[in-house]
Amino acid sequence: MAIDPATPDTTGSGAIRTASGDSPVAAEPGGGAPSAGIGPYRLALRRLRRNKVALAFGALFVLIVVLCFCAPLYADHVAHTGPNDNHVTDTVTVGGEEKDVVSVSGLPIGPTWQGRFLLGADQNGRDLAVRLLYGGRNSLEVGFVATFITMILATIVGLAAGFYRGVVDGVLARILDLIWAYPVVLLGIALGTSLALGGISIGPIELSGNSLLVPAVIIGVVYIPYVAKPIRGQVLGLREKEFVDAARVQGASSLRIMTREILPNIASTLVVFLPLIVANAILLEAALSYLGAGIQPPNPSWGTMISDGIRLIPSAIHLTFVPGAMLVLAVLGINVFGDGVRDALDPRARVKIDAKGQEKFREDPMEIAVEH
Amino acid sequence: MVRFVVRRLISMVLVLFAISVLTFLIFQAIPNGDPAVRMAGRLATPEQVELIRESWGFNDPLWQQYLTTMEKILSGDVISYTQQLNVMDQIKQALPATLSLAIGAGIIWLFFGVVFGLFSAIKAGRFTDRALTVLALVGVSTPVFLLGAVALYFLAFKLTIFPNGGYVPLTEDPIDWLYHMILPWAVLSVLFIGVYSRILRSNVLDTMSEDYVRTARAKGLSEKRVMVRHVLRNSMIPIISLWSLDFAAVLGGGAILTESVFNLHGVGQYAADAIQQLDVPPVLVVVMLGASAVVVLSALTDVLFAFLDPRIRLTG
Repeated sequence: MAIDPATPDTTGSGAIRTASGDSPVAAEPGGGAPSAGIGPYRLALRRLRRNKVALAFGALFVLIVVLCFCAPLYADHVAHTGPNDNHVTDTVTVGGEEKDVVSVSGLPIGPTWQGRFLLGADQNGRDLAVRLLYGGRNSLEVGFVATFITMILATIVGLAAGFYRGVVDGVLARILDLIWAYPVVLLGIALGTSLALGGISIGPIELSGNSLLVPAVIIGVVYIPYVAKPIRGQVLGLREKEFVDAARVQGASSLRIMTREILPNIASTLVVFLPLIVANAILLEAALSYLGAGIQPPNPSWGTMISDGIRLIPSAIHLTFVPGAMLVLAVLGINVFGDGVRDALDPRARVKIDAKGQEKFREDPMEIAVEH
Repeated sequence: MVRFVVRRLISMVLVLFAISVLTFLIFQAIPNGDPAVRMAGRLATPEQVELIRESWGFNDPLWQQYLTTMEKILSGDVISYTQQLNVMDQIKQALPATLSLAIGAGIIWLFFGVVFGLFSAIKAGRFTDRALTVLALVGVSTPVFLLGAVALYFLAFKLTIFPNGGYVPLTEDPIDWLYHMILPWAVLSVLFIGVYSRILRSNVLDTMSEDYVRTARAKGLSEKRVMVRHVLRNSMIPIISLWSLDFAAVLGGGAILTESVFNLHGVGQYAADAIQQLDVPPVLVVVMLGASAVVVLSALTDVLFAFLDPRIRLTG
């Protein structure tokens, strides 16, 4: 097993015990003896609250999310235009002067710092600020849905593989290895290219090729092994613990043991992975959109906007800078916050490495970043 | 040892086989992805489409199409749909650029990742550590194509210090080759330096609390010797395995974003261009190549570690 179960044990009722010397409670430097009634999550929350940098960056991310989800309000009441409305032949008054939105030579207007075209326009005369917010909404939606898919499926797969072992584990672990062997961006574009053409139809669920859910599903699937493998490793260790035996002797079913005994013990791992997967999902969406295998135009997203902007470098650099800065700020916000969460849950940031070569690859949550 | 190597090689071949099947299925078993329709163009008659379908073997059962495709790939005469050029020849042409990128960037990111990570761990909790952490997080939060485009804008267009992308073969002009590779190396390395320094930092901090490190200190070794011979050495093992994987991914066309931004005409960019034209065979081959590179290098690393550390042979 590659991951040291630094996470606390649990008693049958789901209350978290702090007996193990490796538990976060015992590792708390200023905490002294573990006092009854304060669980590791309470302590983690207390530690996180002390980390002002992490909180500030977390707040930045939340602010960006709120702004992006208010995109229709901004479009209707401030900019008075939609994300896909062309204004190529329109003019805008800046400082009492009439200006073309897109000049005769095809150059879009830069930031005007007023209600209309606050951040300028793109080559089609579309309001950049409106597109930025709608694009952010799309990027974030894809990121959140992808993360949801990854976390749910990875938990199920990791639990099943680690708990049942044997054939189930053999098959599931091989499938995970297979997905994991692909470089992330290559697998993403392979799936993105083929699915953008035909969409997905799995039983009753049918998605058309330009649906936002297509990139979300792809990204969600691509990241499953990075979460499922560490969870499997942890479950392999947990299933040998006394409290699992105790539950089994009491006649608990496998499903009950998995959900009531083991799941609470891998919860902190899941919490650590959550912000990391959100950050990486947003980055991968941008990468796929940049290559034309993600969100399909005219739907805006940060990735497609940057990709459009790069084509107009060097004449209209604001088209790259604006969505680029927003993307980096959002991802940085969630990354710094996630780093704080990891520190808070596990102050020594322990992901123990054992001597067994193939087991330890990329099981450190930090090792997910593979978008190049 | 021999048993370990044989077992590892067999599993490698099995994974490669599974990868080829999966990649093939991704591209062939999709609804509405009929390549014949696209190849025939908009004005084609159904008969023409049928003719193309027949001559390219799209009507065969799936397993037979798989066998034909694999046979073509292994014998080296896969033809792309759009340009009808030999895919293997195209990849061979693109390989020097990708190789240059992978080797140069690989050395840079390993070196700086280790230096920054070690430094961060020694100064753990202090200002240097915090600053390096923030830098590393900025590095992993910036998409490589954005960083590349911005670097090109400022350093190549505004200040004209570096050339505006492109690749010059090493054999043609070594100085110009270096000149063209510096920016791509630096940009590709930034992300990895961020990741590696964070991992090394936590590994070093872990190792420093081990008993044998205390023993080494207790028997009077100098701090420098303890850090280098005992702590760093043991913290490097996971970094090296990770490095071999990432290096393999870049080698197999995984640096598709960097190559596209800097217009290096490498393997990754070849795949990216093929995607734009929905040209399946090149994407199929590059994706297989990338996955194979990862599998082969990870097997090699395992064997190397098994050779260096007998415990792995027993447990693996």
